[in-house]
Amino acid sequence: MPVRVQTEDFDTGAEISRLRLARPDTGAVVAFVGQVRDLNEGADVSTLTLEHYPGMTEKALESIIQQAKSRWEFYDALVIHRVGTLQPLDQIVLVAVSGAHRGEAFAACEFIMDYLKTEAPFWKKEQTGTGERWVEARSSDDNARQRWNKTVV
Amino acid sequence: MLTILYFARLKESLGTAKEDLPLSQDATTIQGLMQHLAARGEVWQQEFDGCRPIRAAINQELVPNTASFKDGDEIAFFPPVTGG
Repeated sequence: MPVRVQTEDFDTGAEISRLRLARPDTGAVVAFVGQVRDLNEGADVSTLTLEHYPGMTEKALESIIQQAKSRWEFYDALVIHRVGTLQPLDQIVLVAVSGAHRGEAFAACEFIMDYLKTEAPFWKKEQTGTGERWVEARSSDDNARQRWNKTVV
Repeated sequence: MLTILYFARLKESLGTAKEDLPLSQDATTIQGLMQHLAARGEVWQQEFDGCRPIRAAINQELVPNTASFKDGDEIAFFPPVTGG
């Protein structure tokens, strides 16, 4: 259940292949890739800087994967999240889940991403044509996280 | 002694990322500590008077404002997270 927080880019294809080939009873790998957009809240974004809380970040991500593991059957999960300064079109985050079947892998991947958005200590600051600004948390992310409380598994 | 960490917007507005603070009998919960910090006035009051959303962690775990801490704990304050 690896968790990596890093400034370097990552190779999504290679990571998916590694999960896929790790065991022959794997029938599905589901992956989510987040990337930097060049437009947010009506402003052109030139760069994005990601700050985090070293130590807590890794613990929070590992805890989120463990929560997913307690709800769904899957083989392995990988979370890579970048920090530092990024440009539009750069990859920010990869969540990939392998399992026997797609259903559990889809659900676990979405759950991990929704929890990451609301519980992992990362903060984005955008550099735009009119200066810098901290990105505000979105209520839609809280709603996405909350709906897992209602799901009967 | 408590170690207090500030992140993101808070780190910038308060002008500090870390401080050590003696444990006070008046403030042994997150809520109490926030009131203690707000009493410093100016930017501290603006950030900790309860009007702006702030999350807290004790020893690197998210906690509600009612959570209490003990001597030697690492406490962190930060805005709602925006990763992903």
